[in-house]
Amino acid sequence: MYSNGYIFRYASIMVILVAAILSAAAMLLKPAQQRNEDVDKMQSILAAAGLRDVPVKDAIQVFNKSVTDMIVIDKNGSVVDDYKDDNKQQSRAFKINLKDELYKKSIGKDYELALYVIENDGEKIYIVPLRGVGLWGPIWGNIALKSDFKTVIGVTFGHKSETPGLGAEIETINFQNQFPGKLIFDENGNFTSVRVVKGGIANIPVANQIHAVDAVSGGTITSNGTSEMLKNVLESYVPYFKKQG
Amino acid sequence: MSTAKHEREPLFSSKNRKLLTSPLNLNNPITVQVLGVCSALAVTAKLKPAFVMAISVVVVTALSNYIISLLRNGIPPRIRIIVQLVIIALLVIVVDQLLKAYVYDVSKQLSVFVGLIITNCIVMGRLEAFAMSNKPWPSLLDGIGNGLGYGMILMIIGFFRELFGSGSLWGFPVIPQSFYEMGYKNNGFMILPPMALILVGIIIWVQRSRNKELLEEN
Repeated sequence: MYSNGYIFRYASIMVILVAAILSAAAMLLKPAQQRNEDVDKMQSILAAAGLRDVPVKDAIQVFNKSVTDMIVIDKNGSVVDDYKDDNKQQSRAFKINLKDELYKKSIGKDYELALYVIENDGEKIYIVPLRGVGLWGPIWGNIALKSDFKTVIGVTFGHKSETPGLGAEIETINFQNQFPGKLIFDENGNFTSVRVVKGGIANIPVANQIHAVDAVSGGTITSNGTSEMLKNVLESYVPYFKKQG
Repeated sequence: MSTAKHEREPLFSSKNRKLLTSPLNLNNPITVQVLGVCSALAVTAKLKPAFVMAISVVVVTALSNYIISLLRNGIPPRIRIIVQLVIIALLVIVVDQLLKAYVYDVSKQLSVFVGLIITNCIVMGRLEAFAMSNKPWPSLLDGIGNGLGYGMILMIIGFFRELFGSGSLWGFPVIPQSFYEMGYKNNGFMILPPMALILVGIIIWVQRSRNKELLEEN
């Protein structure tokens, strides 16, 4: 039989070895993973503005060329940083961790938000990064607005672990194609956001249909999470939008 | 226990080949051993995640079987389950990190599923039942075989669920638009996990009616 001493030695050595292997793997792979994440973020921002299917290898270049301004705003909607140089990955706006900032907002502290500007055929497109919670984990995305800060040009959504075939459908083009043309303010200038409506927008008053899209059937909690994410994040930009408009 | 000493047994002797092939049918982990059913329900709504999950499970069962078999004579029996879990978790995390670094889009597809492999009872079941008492090479084959047996069922279920549930295969629509215009509808029930359970049941039924040796005596 094995003595207790042997068991303790065996377990300790095993744990230390495994920890060393895992830390080494994490450290060695970190740069590649970070780069992938950055590229993914860029692709998603570009896709919201209508530049879908930018290949991975061109993403950084296209991003640096298309995005003209990387703006940081504070909670009063004042611009605190406006980055126009080429290397957009270095900008303050790109490095903002939206999860942390939204947490600061939720506990009433000061926060900073990023806003990306793309110029397309002389018209400015404003892109707001989104983050919220779905059923199983975080969901995120980007929403592109016209320079009237009212009309949606496009959206992208992503998720960590929503149910495939149900909540995960928010990631599909079919779901996202419902958003272009929707309005986030009503005619009186009140913020309405865009709601994701269970049972379909055909069942709500016609006046509200311009502020809503159909939910994913079987994905109620993810759909509600998407509504909540849009409302929570866009609402924080309203002071800025009002100042500009 | 490995008492019989085989001198220079060929790498793919009939016994070793059997380790690879028997989990595909008569000793299938899902339909015969009834292991790993919950993940088979969770990841089969679409064919693609089912496929990537299958590949990942093959890699993890094969490597963990191999490593545990190498270590089998030194592992203290009282903490063997912990040792097995640590090895599985190590492999799963490394696989996840590699996917994130080199095939980011696939890793995004998989997300939670990779982590779920740790809790897949097939992996630990094979370590306990086979790798702890067999040599590394047969253990490796056993791991690959069981991973494939699991993956095969996943693919079959994923095929039917995606075809009838979403009208597509591998994300491409395969049911022509004219069918929908004639009143055909995708079966939403197919996307929900209970239907996967029913499909597993049907596969077990078909398999048992074709292989009488699987039937219990009573």
